[in-house]
Formats: sequence, C-alpha cells, structure tokens
Amino acid sequence: MGIVVDKETALKLVEEVLSAYPTKAKKDRAKHIQVADVGETKCLPKSNVKTRPGVMTVRGCAYAGSKGVVWGPVKDMIHISHGPVGCGYYSRAGRRNYYIGTTGVDTFVTPHFTTDFQERDIVFGGDKKLTKAIQELNVLFPLVKGITIQSECPIGLIGDDIEAVARQTAKEIGKLVVPVRCEGFRGVSQSLGHHIANDSMRDWVYEKKVEGQKIEPSPYDVAIWGDYNIGGDAWASRKILEAMGLNVVTQWSGDGTISEIANAVKVKYLLVHCYRSSNYLARYFEERFGIPWVEYNFFGPTQIFASMRKIADLFDEKIKERTEELIEKEYKPRLEKVIEKYRPRLEGKTVILYVGGLRPRHIITAFEDLGMNVVTTGYEFAHQDDYERTLHYIDKNATIIVDDATAHEIEELTKKLRPDLVASGIKEKYQAQKMGVPFRQMHSWDYSGPYHGIEGFEIFARDVDMAINGNVWKFIKAPWEQ
Amino acid sequence: MGIHHELNIKDHLECFRTDDFKQMIKNKREKYEDWIGEDKVKEIAEWTKSWEYRELNFKREAISINPAKGCQPLGALFCALGFEKTMPFSHGSQGCVAYFRTHMARHFKEPVPMVSTSMTEDAAVFGGQNNMHEGLQNTIALYRPKMIAVNTTCMAEVIGDDLNSFINNAKEKGLIPEDFPTPFAHTPSFVGSHIVGYDNQMVGILRYMTEYFEKYGVDNIDKYDTEEGEFYKEGGLLNWLEVNSKGGQTA
Repeated sequence: MGIVVDKETALKLVEEVLSAYPTKAKKDRAKHIQVADVGETKCLPKSNVKTRPGVMTVRGCAYAGSKGVVWGPVKDMIHISHGPVGCGYYSRAGRRNYYIGTTGVDTFVTPHFTTDFQERDIVFGGDKKLTKAIQELNVLFPLVKGITIQSECPIGLIGDDIEAVARQTAKEIGKLVVPVRCEGFRGVSQSLGHHIANDSMRDWVYEKKVEGQKIEPSPYDVAIWGDYNIGGDAWASRKILEAMGLNVVTQWSGDGTISEIANAVKVKYLLVHCYRSSNYLARYFEERFGIPWVEYNFFGPTQIFASMRKIADLFDEKIKERTEELIEKEYKPRLEKVIEKYRPRLEGKTVILYVGGLRPRHIITAFEDLGMNVVTTGYEFAHQDDYERTLHYIDKNATIIVDDATAHEIEELTKKLRPDLVASGIKEKYQAQKMGVPFRQMHSWDYSGPYHGIEGFEIFARDVDMAINGNVWKFIKAPWEQ
Repeated sequence: MGIHHELNIKDHLECFRTDDFKQMIKNKREKYEDWIGEDKVKEIAEWTKSWEYRELNFKREAISINPAKGCQPLGALFCALGFEKTMPFSHGSQGCVAYFRTHMARHFKEPVPMVSTSMTEDAAVFGGQNNMHEGLQNTIALYRPKMIAVNTTCMAEVIGDDLNSFINNAKEKGLIPEDFPTPFAHTPSFVGSHIVGYDNQMVGILRYMTEYFEKYGVDNIDKYDTEEGEFYKEGGLLNWLEVNSKGGQTA
C-alpha cells in the first residue's frame, strides 16, 4: 500500500527531490512544484515557461501538438510532415486515433507522408518540392479532401513561404490546402502547437467558409470538441450523447472529417472535453458565431453523470427526462456492478499521475470512484487556467502538483511515495516497471481503451486492476518490499 | 482472471464490433462525413492495384510515403546508449528527444535516457550556447553520467551551432570538469538516415576518446556493451536494485 503523507512531509519530500539540482535550476524548478490541500485556490505551480536544458523533460514540441494532436486525426485529409524525415517517422501511428475508412484510399491517418528534406532543400528552399509533393498526392490519392502542411523546424529557419504554396496549389487542385506554422522550436511545449493548429483552422477553414455536407438543422445539434478518439474514446462519448437524444454533428477531431469540422458552425453547443488543446477555437466560436461552449468530463461514473446532467440542462425537458432515465435505469446499475467488483481490490491504493492536456485532473475522480487516491498529479504543458481547474478536483490533502516534471523528479517521487500505480507515458513506463511498480500508460491507454464513457470506465477499472493485482508482481518486488 | 469474465467487459477489440456501435458509426458516415460511398472507394482501391497506378507511383519524386528510415540523431542516440553510463545529449529542440525516447522505449521496452538543450525561438536567433552550457551542468548534476555524447538536430545545424567551441567554452569557463569526456558529432537530420547518424556518433566517440585516453589513460571508461539494460545511470536503478551492472545480467 502506498504512502499517504501530510503537507509538512510532502514539502520535505519535494525539497529532497530538488536538492539534486544545481542552484539555478533548483530555484526555477521549486516554483513548478506545489503541495495543495483541499479547497486551496491560490497554490498554483508556475507553468507554460521554458524547460531548463538538460533535465530530461517529458515535453514535446509544437509539431507534436499540431500534427500529432489536433490535425493528425482528421481522417480524409493528408497531413504532410514538411521537412526532414524523422519527425513524421517517429510520430507515425503513435497516438491511436481510431478511425473508420479504407486507409490510403479515402482515409489517411496512419501513413506517413513527408517531403524528406535533403541538404539541397535546406540550401535552395523547399517550396518547389512542396508544390510538386501536393500535386503528386492529388494524383495518387484522388479521394483526398484536402492537405495540410505541417512544418518542421527548418521550414521557419530557412524562410520558406508555405502560405504562398498553399494558395497556389489549392487553386490548382481545387481542394483545401492548409499551411501550418508549427515548427518544433516555437513555444515551450506541445501547447503552442495546439494553438497554432487551432488558428490555422480558424483562418483557412472557418474564415474561408469551407462547406460541409448538408444537414437537417435541429435544436439538438452539438459538437464533440477536443476528443481525439484514442482507442475509440470519442465513439464511447458519442454513444452517450446520442442516447440522451442529441445529434452529434461534429467530432473534432478524432475520427473527424473536414465536412464535420466545417459543419461545426451550425451546432447549438460545443461540448469541450480537452480544454487545453481546443479552447482557442471554442472561444473564437463564441465570439464569431455566438455558439457557446461547455466543458464536460466522461471519466468515471461520478463525472459522467454530473456532466450528462450539466449538458441536459442546456436543453428542454424531453432531454432532461431521458437523461435521468438513462442514468438511473441503465448506466448507474451497470457501473455499480463494476465498482462492486473492483473497488474491494483497489481500495486505498495510491497513484502518481503525470500526463498532459485534460487527464491529470479529469481522471482523478475516476480513480476515486474505484477507491484509489491520487497522491501526485502533474501536467507536461498546462497553463495557469488548467491548474485553477485542477484545484477543484483535488479532494485529498497534501496532493503534490508538479508542472513539466523531469525524469529525475518522477523517479524520486516514486521512490519516496511508493505508489501502487504510476500512470504516465511510454517514456516513463519501463522506468517505473523496472522499479517493481505497476504502471499504466495514460496517453495511449496502454494499447487498450476506450476509457471515456460507460464502456470506458468498465475497461479502465479492469485495466487498473490487472496492472496492480496482476500475478506478475508476485515474482518481482519493489525494493522497499524486499 | 474469472473476475473479468463475470462482467463480460468488452474493450476496443470487441465493443466497436457490437451492433449499437456499428449502427452509430454507419449513421455518422452517412449523415455527416460527406463520404464518397462504398462503390467509389472500391473502384479507386482497385485502380491502386493497376499497372497505370504503378507507373504513376514510380514517377513520384517529391513526396515520400512511409519511408523506412529515421533521422541521424536517432542513430546517434542508439550509438551513445551502447557505452556504459553515457548520457546521450541532443543539441536542438526538445520535441526531437521526446520522439527518440518514445520510439526507442516502444521498441526495446526499456527506459531510454536522453536529454535535450530545449532550444526555442530565442536560441534560434542568438545561438544555443547558453542552453548547451546550462544543459551540461544540469545533466551532470542530476544523472551523474561518466560521459556525455553530444549530437545535433536539424535546428542546431540550420542555425550553424558549433559543438566543438561550445563544449570547449564550457570547460574553459569551468562549468564542467576539464577531464569530463564529451565526445560529439554533427548529425543533421536532412543528410542520410539514422544509420549515418550512428556512424557519425561512433566516429565522434572513437576520435574523441582516442585523444582522451592518450591524455588521461584508460581507467575512466569501463566498457562498451550493446545490452540495453546497462545504461540507465550511475547510482541509479540498477545499483539500487543491486543488480550487478558489470556482469551484463539485468535479471
């Protein structure tokens, strides 16, 4: 069983973790780690600033935020990794954005398309190559609906004019071509990539009034905003919303199409799941089209039911009644069975959670539904507003909140807090497992999923139980158990 | 495992094949996706198998599709990992390192250490020397490597950072010990592939260490071993687990 500490001890632990740093880095890192009690409102870590060099951060880059997160899942467009070969190669099919379609014919999420820059392209510029690449793609993939140009570092440095190429080729092939200035050196993390991708969608899709498929307007039209369909998450969420009686016009952008994205201007509400990566467009929608947005959370019964009621409140009595009926008669009994089974096996276990986007706060309550405690949580690339939201979710005293954690910090905190589960990404996975600590990947759901919605919670509970109570741990002991 | 069977929990492998989900996804396709339809998709899919398509495909010059190669820094990382207690150190944007570590960790199922100098816009304008200097200090303090093998990424190459002078300056300023081994290699991503990067870093290390051993003797470096489980860090996981890191057995 993991250690639960009081605030004083937690502060001392943090101090010990920081003691390894040289003076300058220590001073800076100290501001990024806070210990929060329940009801705290002011204790916010410093966030969204440059990572110290050489500390082994978990963060990625703007390209990862744009190609990997926001644009990548749009399935009927080709996303060119414009620049050297590596970025697209490593990010290929890494994020498990599920989709339906015939890959390479009408859908293009998993293949890797790159302009594969060589020395001569760096010296003489890559615009001509890019133009040719777009023409070739249009010939080889006639069903493609559009193309995005995802810039890698050199593009910005050598001063290529990808916007001009986009305008010219769009005319030539008669399809949407979107230039995205998401060079990896821009900004301090993935977060700026999300912003740049949102802005490019604003300027090249919505401001240019791209048309989607004709739809029958109804008062129940909504858009799922900021769900990337990891392991089918967006489908599990869509199922709940449709059962409530709503029409989901848009999935932005998991299993999404350009038609759905364009049609988002016709909906009544944007339902925002990942606030961090999609709030820029949500705010734009509010100002430009008067379409309000609402945040929701489909992790774990407590939050699912609260969010369903919150969403139903936006609509008429019919929807509200159906929602109540759905919760009471169908979902609650179904999930109670899950909790009944798994809670006794997981009660009191502790978790170190370190992810990005929305999960470091949204998943806290899902763990608590299973009787577990999140003793440390943290974001790779959050901003202050994320931490403000996180404090609402904290309901255990002395929760350590860490911004942009380094490999050193995660390892030391694991040693000191001895959690029953570390939930983070692939880079942290084997570090934890080699220490004899159970681990689940919370970016890719460890090749399982979905974790959103009703199906999601069942699978989440099963996976967490398998990770912690798996027989394999009988054969390897954490050092503190030996 | 009986507990899972009782509840009959279906995960992504099965649940999306149930009728509710199939109907939902079909409905989405028809009503919202502006889909071209099954007949046209089949027609194009057939066309992609034709001789005409083959010729068109061979004519393509500018776009690469699913190339089976990475970029040089990945090779440099892999080379550096083989040397005991060596920290691979990438000079450039931090996203590259996140990708290398992810890629290697997925493949080897081992923790993969590598640090970055986390260069951003200001470093693109003024050069990355400050990042390099602070990076070297932080790495040595936190991870206590015996050697740091430096490589570059395309960003550092395009702006023309000079590794040799940056590293020498760090030693002259006394930021890191004079006798700390810091081999380096320039590994631009837009030349060759990860294979070339491996070779470049290997040459970099051999050239540097030859001079180093002549100057300081051979006691400082223990051995070269391609076993992935060896490297993590001095005084780190392996020692902590009391695994004999010299024996090559990682249990």
